[in-house]
Amino acid sequence: MYYIDPHIHMVSRTTDDYETLARMGCAALSEPAFWAGFDRGSVDGFRDYFRQLTEVEPKRAAAVGIQHYTWLCINAKEAENVELSRDVIAMIPEFLDRPNVLGIGEIGLNKNTRNESIVFLEHVEFAVRHEQQILIHTPHLEDKYMGTRMILDMLIDDSRVDRSRVLVDHVEEHTVRPVLEAGFWAGMTLYPVTKCTPARAADIIEMYGPERLMVNSAGDWGPSKPTAVPDFIMEMRRRGHSHALIRRVVYENPLEFFGQSAHFQFAPPDVPEAATV
Amino acid sequence: MPVPMTAPKVLDREFFEIRAKLLEIAASFDRLDRGAGTVEGDPRMSLIREALDVLRSDEPDRAEAIQMIFSRQYAADWRKSLKVVPPKG
Ligand SMILES: [Zn+2]
Repeated sequence: MYYIDPHIHMVSRTTDDYETLARMGCAALSEPAFWAGFDRGSVDGFRDYFRQLTEVEPKRAAAVGIQHYTWLCINAKEAENVELSRDVIAMIPEFLDRPNVLGIGEIGLNKNTRNESIVFLEHVEFAVRHEQQILIHTPHLEDKYMGTRMILDMLIDDSRVDRSRVLVDHVEEHTVRPVLEAGFWAGMTLYPVTKCTPARAADIIEMYGPERLMVNSAGDWGPSKPTAVPDFIMEMRRRGHSHALIRRVVYENPLEFFGQSAHFQFAPPDVPEAATV
Repeated sequence: MPVPMTAPKVLDREFFEIRAKLLEIAASFDRLDRGAGTVEGDPRMSLIREALDVLRSDEPDRAEAIQMIFSRQYAADWRKSLKVVPPKG
């Protein structure tokens, strides 16, 4: 079955991982800008990172037949530095016309601080002014609930935000409902142990249905598994869910959401689907 | 949405998994007992006990309830306490 991973950090993965994803049926992926495992010292560090996201990664992906898309921003962790964040936001227009850029992300909160909120609002302002889609990071563990609610408060406050063009990621059992009820898209991030597992993501699909829900692997610098979406597909199959339902979550939903961005020029793979897992 | 697996099927599939997870928790508590010092009075222990109570209850949505036990509560006046001005939009 072909699938699309809507949130995976390929800068932290090897070329072997790209090949494994291709073998497993990954037709396209989207890579939000995030924390690099260390705080970058200047706006030039981000400029180079954006070149990596818009020039280098698309080539690595294309070498194995995967279409690579990306999102630009300064992530919530480094957003604690408001001055640097403003410099980075001011530099983003240099890259907005690059063909694989889908929007602004992953913006959000990390520790739910004042500075993070200020930079979040400035990113939203930028996205609205440039008619960009938004991809959102919600905090982890004990900060997730409060942070998700703060993010929803800020987005709902702004009547210019088109909720159907916003994806709120890393939702879990206690945050998925408010996100979907407010009309946003929601993404479940699958980790091997500490966060949402493929089985719990399947439970959430059973409880809420497939509308506006997606699953992703994050595949970041931490312990994560780039093939977590195929794991979810297997879990859904083992439970006896239909091909059509699974395909809707892992393929058609990302197509529908990304399709709202002018730069999303997806071409379905020309290899028959039966050739993949 | 229709759920294809019946409850007996779920139990067949997951009995050993549930058993293994319970053993992991039991062994963790034993390890806490054997260690020098005490964790009584550590607020995390009362969160764990609260979560165990949820497991024993017949209420639905236990996963969500346990998530909430381990979450900081939402404060609706966060904008005021953080002094964050909402946009004009
Ligand atoms: Zn991420």
